[in-house]
Amino acid sequence: MSTPLFAYTLRLADDALVLGHRLSEWTSRAPTLEEEMALANIALDLIGQARVLYSYAGEVEGRGRSEDDLAYFRDEAAFGNLLVNELPNGDFAFTVVRQALVSAFMLPYWTALTASRDATLAAIAAKAEKEVSYHLRHAAEWLVRLGDGTDESRRRSIAALDELWPWTGEMFEMPDDERALAEAGIAVDRAALKAEWSRTVDTILEEATLDRPRDGWMQTGGRRGVHTEHLGSMLAVMQSLARAHPGATW
Amino acid sequence: MTEKKMPLWEVFIRSRNGLAHQHCGSIHAPDAEMALIAARDVYTRRGEGLSIWVVPSAAIVASDPADKDMLFEPTASKVYRHPTFYEIPEEVGHM
Repeated sequence: MSTPLFAYTLRLADDALVLGHRLSEWTSRAPTLEEEMALANIALDLIGQARVLYSYAGEVEGRGRSEDDLAYFRDEAAFGNLLVNELPNGDFAFTVVRQALVSAFMLPYWTALTASRDATLAAIAAKAEKEVSYHLRHAAEWLVRLGDGTDESRRRSIAALDELWPWTGEMFEMPDDERALAEAGIAVDRAALKAEWSRTVDTILEEATLDRPRDGWMQTGGRRGVHTEHLGSMLAVMQSLARAHPGATW
Repeated sequence: MTEKKMPLWEVFIRSRNGLAHQHCGSIHAPDAEMALIAARDVYTRRGEGLSIWVVPSAAIVASDPADKDMLFEPTASKVYRHPTFYEIPEEVGHM
């Protein structure tokens, strides 16, 4: 039986794993060697977060599923990650804008979750908070330089911002089971973080001399397992090794 | 990526409190803030340090390797500069 705590922890893990995997795809393709290290570092932070969250989810579920079972042997529809995290990397500006938008949300999220009544989640949040503050700083510094940079970097930043904006609304959605957990002091009310996220994003955009896109129709579905066409192929690549050699250790 | 847009920076890291910053390598970055970020990502992945300095490579004035003999060799012949003539009492231990 899927308890709310299991489903919730799993969604957090899926968010981290999917974005971490996307960032890892920059390896050998990043614009500079320095940036390759930076993106790989951030990817590893996220995959590390996913690992502890999956382990905890497996423990909560109590059916003996390991972190690998949960990461590699669930299908697309069982993933509850945010859609924005699964979008293909696009160009460097797209990756930077996504990282800035998502990190600007995840930082206050983890900060709030450190006060969770669930001690394990609070501990995971305390570690993730430090990592994500750096992710936000890294992405924000880049976005300022891209937005206020050359004509080309500015054009690409604006395009990325416009394309990504409709995917940001989902970050603030509360699935019903998560709302109950928030009321019990275990999860965080995502909607309550909207104001702080907006302030952070506005500050970055102002420094980057970029206009904030207008809020309009927002994409949704990831939390219910309704994904873009991109997640399936991403998972096929990510899960291929584990599925070809079930039970392998490395 | 011209040198002008992505200048070279020298990276110095202090591994522990009380130690001096030591040169550990160089990185390319458009400005000082990004140089710090890049240095952090490239050189502190395994807990190497507690503090980072970055310095534009262009700000470093270096001795010419061709001057090696003139600059450094004479010191080798001045044995009196090396404190090797003293008997160190055993109680002092390793100095």
